[in-house]
Order: sequence, then structure tokens, then C-alpha cells
Amino acid sequence: MSNKVKKYMQQRPTARAAFLLSLPLLWLLLIYIGSLLALFITSIWKIDTFTSKIIRQFTLQNFIDIFSDRAYFNVTVRTLFVAICVTIICAVIAIPMAFFIARVAKPKSRPVLIALLITPLWASYLVKIYAWRTMFYPEKGFITWLISPLGGQSPGFGIFAVIVGLTYLWLPYMILPIYAGMEKLPTSLLDASADLGAKSGKTFFNVILPITWPAIIAGSIFTFSLSMGDYITVQILGGTFQMLGNVVYQNFSLNLPFAAAVALIPVIIMLVYLSGIRKSGALDNL
Amino acid sequence: MRHKKVRSYAVLLAASTLILAGCSSSSEDSAGGAYAGPVKDTPGTINVLAWPGYAEDGTTDPNVDWVTPFEKATGCTVNVKTYGTSDEAVQLMQAGGYDVISASGDASLRLIYGGDLQPVNLDLIPNYADIFDNLKDRPWNTVDGKNYGVPHGRGANVLQYTLGKVKEPTSWSVVWEPNSPAKGKITAYDSAIYIADAAVYLMSTKPELGIKDPYALDQTQFDAAMALLKQQKPLIAEYWSDYTKYIGAVQSGSITVGTSWQVIANVLNGEKATVGATKPKEGATGWSDTWMISSKTEAIDCAYKWLNHIITPNVNAQAAEYFGEAPANSKACALTANKDHCKLYHAEETDYWSDVYYWKTPTEACLDGRTDVKCLPYAEWVKAWSSFRNS
Repeated sequence: MSNKVKKYMQQRPTARAAFLLSLPLLWLLLIYIGSLLALFITSIWKIDTFTSKIIRQFTLQNFIDIFSDRAYFNVTVRTLFVAICVTIICAVIAIPMAFFIARVAKPKSRPVLIALLITPLWASYLVKIYAWRTMFYPEKGFITWLISPLGGQSPGFGIFAVIVGLTYLWLPYMILPIYAGMEKLPTSLLDASADLGAKSGKTFFNVILPITWPAIIAGSIFTFSLSMGDYITVQILGGTFQMLGNVVYQNFSLNLPFAAAVALIPVIIMLVYLSGIRKSGALDNL
Repeated sequence: MRHKKVRSYAVLLAASTLILAGCSSSSEDSAGGAYAGPVKDTPGTINVLAWPGYAEDGTTDPNVDWVTPFEKATGCTVNVKTYGTSDEAVQLMQAGGYDVISASGDASLRLIYGGDLQPVNLDLIPNYADIFDNLKDRPWNTVDGKNYGVPHGRGANVLQYTLGKVKEPTSWSVVWEPNSPAKGKITAYDSAIYIADAAVYLMSTKPELGIKDPYALDQTQFDAAMALLKQQKPLIAEYWSDYTKYIGAVQSGSITVGTSWQVIANVLNGEKATVGATKPKEGATGWSDTWMISSKTEAIDCAYKWLNHIITPNVNAQAAEYFGEAPANSKACALTANKDHCKLYHAEETDYWSDVYYWKTPTEACLDGRTDVKCLPYAEWVKAWSSFRNS
């Protein structure tokens, strides 16, 4: 950079900030907001019903189709149910694990535990889900082998398998923020709680949980939004079960405007979720 | 083959070709008429859009290559792009940038009426003479008396059953009726075009509906087909469109009976016979693929040479054998590596194909010639299928 530019930048902080922010802003506006806008605009177009070519003409028919067909209401409810289940199960597993790593385990072994936690992320998404698929096979799968002595059988493919698969996939995204939150927890607070006679359960619910709540919320944003949009796991583990992402996938090549309209449903749900979190103030300490 | 992951790349590609198509200069207008010829020795580049296994250039398997010999002989450069479903093919073709395509019947009509393909002058393709007669001038490759391409190969969607688990079925009832012995272990093809399979079954079980062509369904007939699909849904273990996943499910025993392709049965029987494949008494749906030329191509000579090359007896034999289907060229049968190939795929048995209903795009004007009613166009099929799968 020439000296002239350097000097100019040094003298004008606003110009400097604008220069530094220009790239991320470009990304945010053009690629992120831009694609959302494109999604919205596409959803109010229609297609030539024979050739599937897009006709750029305003119509609300896609939304009418979605709201007049009960199937799409049902699939939205099912998707929400799965996303909520996955988030809750992830939280229930992640909180004790994160607490153990951050507080109970020896400081020396912590990096090892964290590394172990992240190892599943090194393997491809598809490999992991296909592994679950072989385990869930009703006849010869691992799960059937495991529980057949007790008289059980694998539940096979369906909503249960999808919830298990998604929980497995997104668990690290829940543990890591909670771990970060618990690590910051001052030991003095735990000591004080114990000194004042609180049992471990009371300390957990009245001290640890409120302080790490923002971290749990941060983790839930990952697990919830990733589950809302997933369709590959559902294809592989779902049997005949489908979620919103599958509706988009089924329709995008033949009726892109309709697929765009369906794709707006999870976007709206996420906006409601995020604004709800913001109002509750859970993100203030983050 | 018709694998799903391909799609995400296809979207990217479609987007980029859209941009490219916008930039490239407008090509010669071939409105209506076919190329008069003669085919000149103009060197050029053609972009080929094909089902996987149809235009192999040695990148999948160095021993499987019928593109390079073509390039050497003609001086034409060939770029191959494969697609996973007919719907994807239509999307890519409409975006532009491709000169020739191998299209199934459910894609070809949409492309012809959309103005994306040009009529083909068959006099310029010497090998056309050897094509089986029952593949010539059919509704999915010929419109208003104009031929739009050369047939490549065909296959039936067979009923596959696991030996030892399911007694050899003679009827599709084993996948449709609630009292099926294979209940809960049935599979079906995951596409709107599968509605036609329901219609094929209704043709013989409910003749009062008067279905003549499973792709020409009026509202009453269509509702009956959808009702049959709803009756089938609780029996289904999984819907399939990824054939490798299907193979795994059959091997593990979670699927024992359902609609399939001969090539899938062959893979499953690779080591020892585990499944049987049959065309039940009601007949079956199937596919018949055609090589076609884009209306916007700038390498017309190379495109014609490609169409002639791909149906040369020995190339057609290689491609049909590699993909696992019946070749379209009658002289190909003598040249397959496995001498039983044509027998296995019934290539020469005219009777076998008489009740195979090849994939076609349903249109509002009934394809069976009825004019007193309106039929449901494919867009309605897709809508109904999407709603059905998510209900």
C-alpha cells in the first residue's frame, strides 16, 4: 500500500473501518441477505405447468397451495417436533458432559477430552448417517443384535431413527458452547453455594444453570436450526417419514417457486425463535 | 447412477450455465426444420448431457470408454455431464449450454414443447436403419410426424422379490394390497411418475375406470390411483430413488419386494442368486431413452456424428451392457460381451414390450387421444405426489 493511502487511513478512522468491514459486509449483504431476498422473490413467481419454466409474474398461489393443503401444516408440525426433541435431548446429554469436562476432569486431560468430542466432526456427515442406517436395519442391524436378547427389535427407519441420527450429528455443537460457558463459571460461586449448605442438586439448578443459560441457548440455536433444515438424514433414516427440507428437495427442480415458498417456512420459524430469545434476554451476557 | 448428491452440484452448474448462456451469442435459428445436411467434417466441441453410464469417457473406469474413439475419429471434442433424474435433466437443458442429451420419455416431451430441442434429419444418421422397429416413431421421440432423435435403449420397471422370503409373485398385488405377505417390507419408486404404476395396476383390477394409458389420467382415474397409493403407504418400508441404498436395504432384509430395475437385480445377484425379477401379468412401466439435439447447438455436425456414433452396433452394445438395459440397435445383440445380454433384457422379444408403458410426460390434452375430458398434466402429478408423501 502506498504511503499516501496509509496516511489517509490513519487520519480517518471511519474510512479505515469502512475499508475493513467492506468485505464481510459484502458477504452479508450480497450473499446472505441477497439469497434470502432471491428466495422470497422466487416464491411469488409461477411456472409454466408443462415445461416447468419460471414465469416472472406476481402470484400468491404458492402460499395458497401451502396453506390450503393440510399435508404441509402437518409436515411443519412434524419438523418442529423433531427439531425441539433433538434440541432437548442434546441439552440433556450435553450439560453433564460439559460440566464434567470443564469442572470435574483434571485440567491436563481437558484438551484430550475436547479433542475426543470433536473427532466425530472429522468424519463425513454421510458416512456417519450411513453407519446409523446399518445399525437401524430391523433384521440384521446392530441395535437389533443388541436388544434382541431382551426380546426387543430395532424400531427400524422412521421419526425415532431421525431424532437419534440428528442428535448424534449435532451434539458437539451443543457441548462446545456449554463447555465454554461452564469454564468461565467462577469457582468461588460454587464454593459459596456449598458453604451456605446447598446440596449439589440445588447448586446446579440455582447457580450453574442460570449462569450457563445463555450458552445453552447458543447451543440450541445450532441444534434447532440445523435440524429444521436437514433433509439428507431424513432421506437415509426416515423410511417414509419426511420433513420440510424434503418438500423443498422434492419440488425444487420442477416447481422452484413452490419450493422457495416452502423454504420460507423454516426461515420464518427461525426468525420467531431468534426474536423470542432476544426478548428473553438470554443473549445479553453472551 | 441416479444418485441424489449429484443434484446439489447440478444446481451450481445450472446457475453457472445460466450465466454462460446469457453471455454467449445467440445461435442459429433452426425454427421448425431439421438440419438439411450434409454432415460436414467441421471440428467442434459438444457438451453432452447424459444418464450416468450412457456416455463413458474412461473417467469412471479406464476400460469403459466409447467417447475417446469418437473424438479421435471425428476431431470433435466431447464434454460429458451426467444427471440423476429426468426432472434434473429438464432443468439443466433449459438452462442451456448442452448440445445433445439422452432423454427419457418423461423428459423429452417437456423439452420438445419448451422449444429446447430440434427435429432430427434421420437420413443423416445411417445407423438409424438398424434400430428396432417398435422403438421408431413413438410418441416420446416423435411429435407431429417430426422425429426428434435416435433411440438408445430401454428397460422395464420390474417387480423384484427376495428369494426365500417372498414366493414368486405373478401380480403387482403383492405391493398394493393391504393383505400382502410382505407388508412393511415393500418399496416403491420415489417420484411422481410412480403414480403411473398405480394406474397400470388399476388397468387390470378396475377396468371400469377405463384407463387406456397410465400417463393419460382424468380426474376420476387420477383420484383412484392416488387412493391406491394411500392404501399402499402403510405397507411401505421406504421409497427409493438412490439405487445403492436400495441394494443395501435388500441385502439387510429390510426390503423384500418392490419395483426395481433389471440392473439392480443383476448387482444383487452378483455373487449368488438372492433376488428374482419379473414383469407381472398386469404389465409394467418402463423407460425408453432417446438421444436428442439442442435447438441452440452451434456444433450441429458434431452433434449428428455423435448421434450416429452412439447407436453404432458395437457402441450401443457396450453402453447397454454397461448400464444394464436392452439396446436399441438390433445388430448390437451379436456384439455384447455377455452373449446372453439381449436375452436377459428381452431386447428382441417384441411381445415382452407390448405391455411395457414407457415413461411419458402427462399433459392436459390426454395422451390416449380422448378429447371429451381433460387429463391431469405432470405439474398436477408432482403437486399430488408432494402432498401425498408429506401427508
